[in-house]
Amino acid sequence: MPSPLRLRLQHAVRPFRSASRTARVLVTVGLLITIVFGVAAFLAPTFYRYDGEQYRVEQPDGSFEQLPRLAPPSAEHPLGTTRDRYDVLARIIDGGRLALAVVLFSTLIAMLIGVPLGLLSGYRGGKLDRVLVTVMDAVYVFPPLLLAIIVAFLLQAYFAPGVPSAAAAVGVVYIPQYFRVVRNHTLSVKQEPYVEAARSLGAKERTVISRYVLFNVIQSVPVIFTLNAADAVLTLASLGFLGYGVQPPTPEWGYDISQAIIDITSGVWWTALWPGVAIVTLVTALTLVGEGLNDVINPLLRARGAAGAKLDAAADGEDLGEPANVDPLSPGTEDGSGPGLAGRGFRS
Amino acid sequence: MTGSRPASAPWSDAGSNGPLLEVRDLHTHFPVRTGLFRRGGDLAVRAVDGVSFEVRAGEVFGLVGESGSGKTTLGRSILKLVQPTSGSILYRGRDLVPLSERDMRPLRRELALIFQDPNASLNPAMTVGQGVGHPLRIHGLASSRAEARDQVVAMLQRVGLEPAEAFLDKYPEDVSGGQKQRVVIARALITHPRFVVADEPVAALDMSVRARVLELMLELQRDLELTYLFITHDLATARFLCDRIGILYLGNFVEWGETDRLFDDPQHPYTRALLDAIPLPDPSRRDRDKQLPRGEIPDALAPPLGCRFHPRCPAAFAPCGWEGRDLIEALESRWTEVDEDTFERELGLVGQLGDAEVTATEVRFPSASGVELARWLRHEADQLPSAVATAITDVEVGAHGVTVRFGPGPEPALQVVAGRPVACHLHGVTVRPDGDHVGDPTAAPRGP
Amino acid sequence: MSAAAAPSPRTSSAGPVLSVRGLKVGYRTTRGPLWAVDGIDLEVAPGESVGLVGESGCGKSSLGRGLVQLLPPGAGVRGSVRLADEELVGTSSGSLRRRRGEDIALVFQEPMTRLDPLMKVSTHFVQTIRAHRPDVSKDEARHLARAALAQMGIPPTRVDDYPHEFSGGMRQRIMIALAIVLQPQLIVADEPTTALDVIVESQILDILDRLRRDERVGLVLITHNLGIVAETCDRVAVMYAGRIVEIGPVEHIFSDPKHPYTQGLLASTISLETTELHTIDGYPPDLVSPPTGCRFAPRCPAVMDHCTRVDPTLTTVGPLQEAACLLYPGADGAAVTP
Repeated sequence: MPSPLRLRLQHAVRPFRSASRTARVLVTVGLLITIVFGVAAFLAPTFYRYDGEQYRVEQPDGSFEQLPRLAPPSAEHPLGTTRDRYDVLARIIDGGRLALAVVLFSTLIAMLIGVPLGLLSGYRGGKLDRVLVTVMDAVYVFPPLLLAIIVAFLLQAYFAPGVPSAAAAVGVVYIPQYFRVVRNHTLSVKQEPYVEAARSLGAKERTVISRYVLFNVIQSVPVIFTLNAADAVLTLASLGFLGYGVQPPTPEWGYDISQAIIDITSGVWWTALWPGVAIVTLVTALTLVGEGLNDVINPLLRARGAAGAKLDAAADGEDLGEPANVDPLSPGTEDGSGPGLAGRGFRS
Repeated sequence: MTGSRPASAPWSDAGSNGPLLEVRDLHTHFPVRTGLFRRGGDLAVRAVDGVSFEVRAGEVFGLVGESGSGKTTLGRSILKLVQPTSGSILYRGRDLVPLSERDMRPLRRELALIFQDPNASLNPAMTVGQGVGHPLRIHGLASSRAEARDQVVAMLQRVGLEPAEAFLDKYPEDVSGGQKQRVVIARALITHPRFVVADEPVAALDMSVRARVLELMLELQRDLELTYLFITHDLATARFLCDRIGILYLGNFVEWGETDRLFDDPQHPYTRALLDAIPLPDPSRRDRDKQLPRGEIPDALAPPLGCRFHPRCPAAFAPCGWEGRDLIEALESRWTEVDEDTFERELGLVGQLGDAEVTATEVRFPSASGVELARWLRHEADQLPSAVATAITDVEVGAHGVTVRFGPGPEPALQVVAGRPVACHLHGVTVRPDGDHVGDPTAAPRGP
Repeated sequence: MSAAAAPSPRTSSAGPVLSVRGLKVGYRTTRGPLWAVDGIDLEVAPGESVGLVGESGCGKSSLGRGLVQLLPPGAGVRGSVRLADEELVGTSSGSLRRRRGEDIALVFQEPMTRLDPLMKVSTHFVQTIRAHRPDVSKDEARHLARAALAQMGIPPTRVDDYPHEFSGGMRQRIMIALAIVLQPQLIVADEPTTALDVIVESQILDILDRLRRDERVGLVLITHNLGIVAETCDRVAVMYAGRIVEIGPVEHIFSDPKHPYTQGLLASTISLETTELHTIDGYPPDLVSPPTGCRFAPRCPAVMDHCTRVDPTLTTVGPLQEAACLLYPGADGAAVTP
């Protein structure tokens, strides 16, 4: 007999297996690229000869030899060097590590705050809900970058500059997104008969929320997580670009681009291009995963809602008339201008 | 598992079929919000509006009604899943209405609910085993995982899911509709409840599966000594399954009593209409004289005054509670039947219906052709499709149009007819003490 | 198809208004093709009402959609559907669109989703009428709408209301009025009353019955409720696993069902006289890989040895009554399935 954990996992990946091919390709490609970045960021330092903050090389005799300034790409420095004698590839690798770490921390912070608040707010409703929604909306409408800068500024002034501060600054921006999605989803799940069933069985509110509501709203979180991660890479880079990110000379893509801008006018393209390419690639990869997951999970959410009965029936062969993957017929989709028809699907 | 409950419950003092549940004057109203934060004054949907009945231990009591009759809310109120506004629910002598959610929780072991839609009433994130076993964990009824598992397996077998082990690790989406409903039943019964509210438990199932689930429910009722409150809109199922039946209309019983007597000799026109309307697989019934009520069940936000069924009732007469809006409705209804010239002429007499000032006891038409309209109302209003004209006591032509007044129409109280409570003026005009009346109820004429 | 834009003349002949031959409707699934409707012959005469009954999944809804050629993208249709001698299968979507409404109309289960909430009821009618008959003026169209609605019991004073101002039963009446305003020859009603209460259901069925009597409209009524069929239909076709297993006049089939499935279905129906429950064991087959021979054989209480090998065809078992069951001579006319 399979273990409960394995069962749970199998259940969790089931929507992925039944998703459309496009969605699966999106997720797979995005994940592969992200993994390449991860591997490069965390493993490359063990074998690449330079590190991101290194501008000189120690010689066997104990003296230091400085790296060249603004050297074009070569066998020695595959992506060239910068004005400050740093190796561009090394900085991209280290910058990638920073980006991934900050993204992970920031989205985790946002998730850990946003999800429980959303759950509570949605399930309890009333005054608490109204207050939280107002606060979150206020945070949400605040320009995200400005908010991140303020938080980063405050944290750096009162705590320490560095990765945790940057992560927290980026994370605060995303709390409302988790909150809103989870809260709205909770509101609809709360109406489901199985939640009332849990109450009728005598379950405590805590049990109802954790076992019946949470498990059913948590599905939408991975989508926000990946989409936020993509956005977080950009926010972090923007902070760095504006000088509110981590402290130089820590390698950071946005900061590096800001330093490289003056190089472009003198024909030095490699110092700005490669960090830019890195940002675009990672953001694209994460977005692919997010969009793909959205496709995987959303049909499921739809199915669990209105069409649930139909899909379920089809699954056990009772309603073969309309297979699961065919939308409930709306003649309007095919026949929007066929006004003679009794059942026109005007809404489609 | 069968019959494992101790038979010596202190209240049941063997043999006597005392009430397990007594509902007295139960009201469940839902206030309606009109603004964003304001509550709309006294405006409320009176989903359950003064219902009293009792359920005897071991019987199946049917709550029958159309959608909007309040039957589902009544079932939920009894289980305190919806907080009643007033009244009392005596379960084994203890009033549930004032109990807090926390105090209710241990009692929920004994009170179970079976839902209409099995697809939606199982948590999609729990396996069948987890879902059915969860009540045991909630009430601490199993000392170990293994014991809980054994109980779940036994219960699944009891509801006909075999081999039970094969179902434990399935998710609800993997089992068919009929099986899902068996899972729901297993979950409801695993704590050995005494009282089960079954809300349309077979309505979502196919005919051939339906019979199987009903069979199971009856079998379980006998074996586990259950008492059912069976909520349904389907009279045929109700007749087959229930010992006694209450017919609900807009939050009130119109009549209730022994199933067979109620079906063989319905005393309320609404019951008769329901029986007439149900389509039966018998082509010879085809040409029966159906007396269908007009229209549909009205908005519970503003139920008709007097007898709530009177606007649709084929047998309604003067004291049934005719009021202003009934006249407007009757005119509209008449105009679907007459030819276009008649419609235009009568519309000309009455003027735009939207301009009429309508209250419970009178309607004022600000019509120019006052005298003609008054003549029409006096002499031709009996052509209207409902009996509204019988309640008109006065047609007055004034400077500001024509005013039509209606006689009193009390809301009927339940009175004993053919050995059971019936709320209908046809058996003698009665006045419900806290009812919604038209005019002065004591002035109502007696008898049809 | 000819481009006759004028109001289509009623077929004067006694010929059937609808004639279906060997109709198959299929969908692609991940496990292979699924023929929800698998070879159906059916005829409907003017003014006749034919009930299609069966459990969910028997293909009755797909058949209904196949009749009006209104299927989801990717669905396949084979065979022939002739409406007043004109073929519908394979016709261009433009002419199909015109035929729907003028010659054939559909009434669905949930009326609200089919009405535009932002459009007055009268506007729905004006648009519908003028799309098919551009020469009809707005006033005339409104006039027609008022008549059609009054026929359905909707007061003429309410034609300019919005759909949400009507109750569920009224909306279904509006949908039917919209379906008949162009005077089609055939109405296909797919569970038209399932969402409604018994009394309203009865009202709607009376309306459909009146239409067919007074206007000689053919009616195909798809339902799972045998009671509705008994009360409103002349003939009934019992479907199982994509095929018609028994067809005949309602009085004969309800009093003397020949096919074991029909017998089981009638027995499992709960009526006011029910004192004992009966069920049909088992579940309908998976139509991606249907069983060989008779599809009902695995559940049949009267199953014989050759039932799983020989595929029965409809054979005459009584006056105008046909059943596809090997209990009756002539049903084994088909080739033995490999």
